[in-house]
Amino acid sequence: MSLHLGIELDGEGTHPEAWRRAAHTPDRLLTGRTVADRVAAAENAGFTFASFDDSLLPPGADGGPAGRIDAVNRAAFVAATTSTIGLVPVVGTTYAEPFHTSSQLATLDYASRGRGGWIAARDTDQRVAGALGRTEVTAPADVAREERDAIAVVRDLWDSWEDDAVIRDYATGRFVDRDRLHYIDFQGDAYSVKGPAIVPRPPQGQLVVFGFDGQTDPSEVDVVLVSGATAGDIADEAARAKDSGATLVFAELDVALGAATPAPSSGRLSFAGEATGLVDLLRALDSHVDGVRLHPAVVDEDLPVLARYVIPALLRAGVAHRPVPGSTLRSTLGLDRPVNRFRAERLEESSR
Amino acid sequence: MTDNSYARPGAQVHFGVFFHGVNHTTIWSDPTSGSQIDFETFRRVAHTAERGLFDAFFLGEGLRLREQEGKILDLDIVGRPDAITQLAALAGITRNIGLVATQNTTYNEPADLVRRLSGLDLLSGGRAGWNAVTTDNAWTGENFRRGGFLDHADRYERAGQFLDTARAIWDGWADDAVATSTEAPSWATAGSVQDVSRRTSQFDVTITPTLPRSAQGHPVIFQAGDSPAGRDFAAAHADVIFSRHGTHFDEAFAFAEDIRARLRRAGRPEDDVKILPGTQIVLAENASEVEDKVRWVLEGQYTGQTALSLVGQVWGRDLSDRDPDGPLPEFDPVPAPISGTRGAARDGKDPLAIAREWRALAEAQNLSLRQVAIATTQRSGFAGTPGQVADELTRWVRSGATDGFNVSPYLVPTGLDEIVDLLVPELQERGSYRTEYEGSTLREHLGLRPPLSRRELLPRQAVG
Repeated sequence: MSLHLGIELDGEGTHPEAWRRAAHTPDRLLTGRTVADRVAAAENAGFTFASFDDSLLPPGADGGPAGRIDAVNRAAFVAATTSTIGLVPVVGTTYAEPFHTSSQLATLDYASRGRGGWIAARDTDQRVAGALGRTEVTAPADVAREERDAIAVVRDLWDSWEDDAVIRDYATGRFVDRDRLHYIDFQGDAYSVKGPAIVPRPPQGQLVVFGFDGQTDPSEVDVVLVSGATAGDIADEAARAKDSGATLVFAELDVALGAATPAPSSGRLSFAGEATGLVDLLRALDSHVDGVRLHPAVVDEDLPVLARYVIPALLRAGVAHRPVPGSTLRSTLGLDRPVNRFRAERLEESSR
Repeated sequence: MTDNSYARPGAQVHFGVFFHGVNHTTIWSDPTSGSQIDFETFRRVAHTAERGLFDAFFLGEGLRLREQEGKILDLDIVGRPDAITQLAALAGITRNIGLVATQNTTYNEPADLVRRLSGLDLLSGGRAGWNAVTTDNAWTGENFRRGGFLDHADRYERAGQFLDTARAIWDGWADDAVATSTEAPSWATAGSVQDVSRRTSQFDVTITPTLPRSAQGHPVIFQAGDSPAGRDFAAAHADVIFSRHGTHFDEAFAFAEDIRARLRRAGRPEDDVKILPGTQIVLAENASEVEDKVRWVLEGQYTGQTALSLVGQVWGRDLSDRDPDGPLPEFDPVPAPISGTRGAARDGKDPLAIAREWRALAEAQNLSLRQVAIATTQRSGFAGTPGQVADELTRWVRSGATDGFNVSPYLVPTGLDEIVDLLVPELQERGSYRTEYEGSTLREHLGLRPPLSRRELLPRQAVG
């Protein structure tokens, strides 16, 4: 088996007091340098992907950081200065415009040469609706519908250009073949979207879509993120997700290494202790999940320990593998490049 | 070296590069024409512009693919990246150049768009700009949740309220909101972040700003509309106008005078807004080469099919079976209840009147359909030897017709090279172009004062 390693790099870490142990003063958090240095460190360590949490609302509670640069911007900022690490921002599914979401993520995929992903996350705080001037979506069925529709629209827009739509045909003077561009004509209960996309089909065809276990339908995403209080719970949840159609299952794992104090319970599996203990835990998880996403308690303390002690041990043991330059995130994760939905339909029609 | 006969003898030329994207003026058929979507193309243009000490790199916005007679326009470059995302990626590999995104106030919400612009501004160290544009067509709205929700008359009202909300968000954090020590009582000083609430005709929102001010305060505001409403909007809100008047000196000067008058009426100094018209520059060694190159550029930009398409947009029907080198159609345009062309500049104008004008022009100068298309739609900009063009641009800027130019290369990604390699040195020799970046923010490059909103606050604080 092989374990894909991801790291969540939002803010200063999951611990509310993480900012006090950061390697910089608080006013340096919201700079390009901090984003770039951390992602570079994660890439050099051998992580498969870095994720960036997000919300329209301030992240801070209990006196923690009150500011956050949006996740797509952060991922894009490091796209051209990195070469192997996947870049996976959170974009909300309840209120965001799917047309914008689709364009932003496709652009991230171009800038990173196929290393883009998307964590499709529900907005559960009603203040997001208030900030956008939208009607609150509160009923669980409606929140689920918004998520389903957002993923469907974004995916259809990525497919709305066939891969070879740009033809540059000098004889007829045509830049594109309009028969290979498709209106998606999405009709949902709450809204409709016409298409086609403004951005041509992204390099991966479809970016790697992540969803949360118990929320997103596992068959609609590439990676299901599962949480559980114990390794046994994770194993059970992972098996259930696989049974209901999940392609890949990654475990969510809080880590606090060395001197770091564990963060208050998040509902995720939590590890606090020395690097060797974490290596053992990850090796144990290896037989149940395809990967893990690590949530460091204090980024500036935990990331160096992960880079120096944890990942080298996993690489040596053959449990983890360093992504190869030139690979897409999809290929690093062993996923095929999907056939274009509209092209498949077009070919099917023409063969009738 | 300065010439005191000019109104502004020491003025320098400011350059931006407008990466056009969707348009018919980038010659995609040339063998040197690169991908219009691969990041490498954008990197190359941005690095060339930065080597040439340009103020800014501009990206346009598209929210729906253009159509003619219900079909997607297939002759021009189609497709482009999302502007802010692409500029964030460019911010990671550039150091000085400003990064300006065209973004619509109609199909965005302040809480989201203003935050993304601020994110770009912080990541780039104060180099972001926002070209605020409006749209009123429901056709574009078909790609968005709300659909076509805005009347034509409301679009500048919404844009004005949007800008007002944006400024409030940008000013929502006190300058010293964020702690400068990890020993501080909390990450942000209590009470240093103010919620922004707006209940207006266009907005009912309560927003908690999530970002501090950048090195330049907040993104530089660009405005591109040319109507009286657009010009008033610029006089009230903008730092820079991205004008259309970059070909004829008298027209550009008259526009600048009009803007100066509007600024005075708005209570602002008349040099408070910088004017950067879009333009094209064709350079060659001598007069005959210049003539050849201009002809080559025009033929590449106006293929027969493109000319038929442009004229077809006015006539409201497919003319692709006609001869582009023959006459204009003998029949009249069909004034459709809804214009047949979507996303084209002529949308909304009376086709019969345009046809009358064009026929008169064709008759007077004995022009073919293709020649009419060129004569009426191209805005040629400047052509000459590097020395001639440098003299002319210097004259424009020092006379007060413009503050500089937003250059659209007709070839991408290589078209900017000769401007940077040949024209910039000529301008520098004349003392009318910088020899190094004087600052690191877009606001500093443009020579702008602090953001409007901050200036408004200063007297009040001084009085208090």
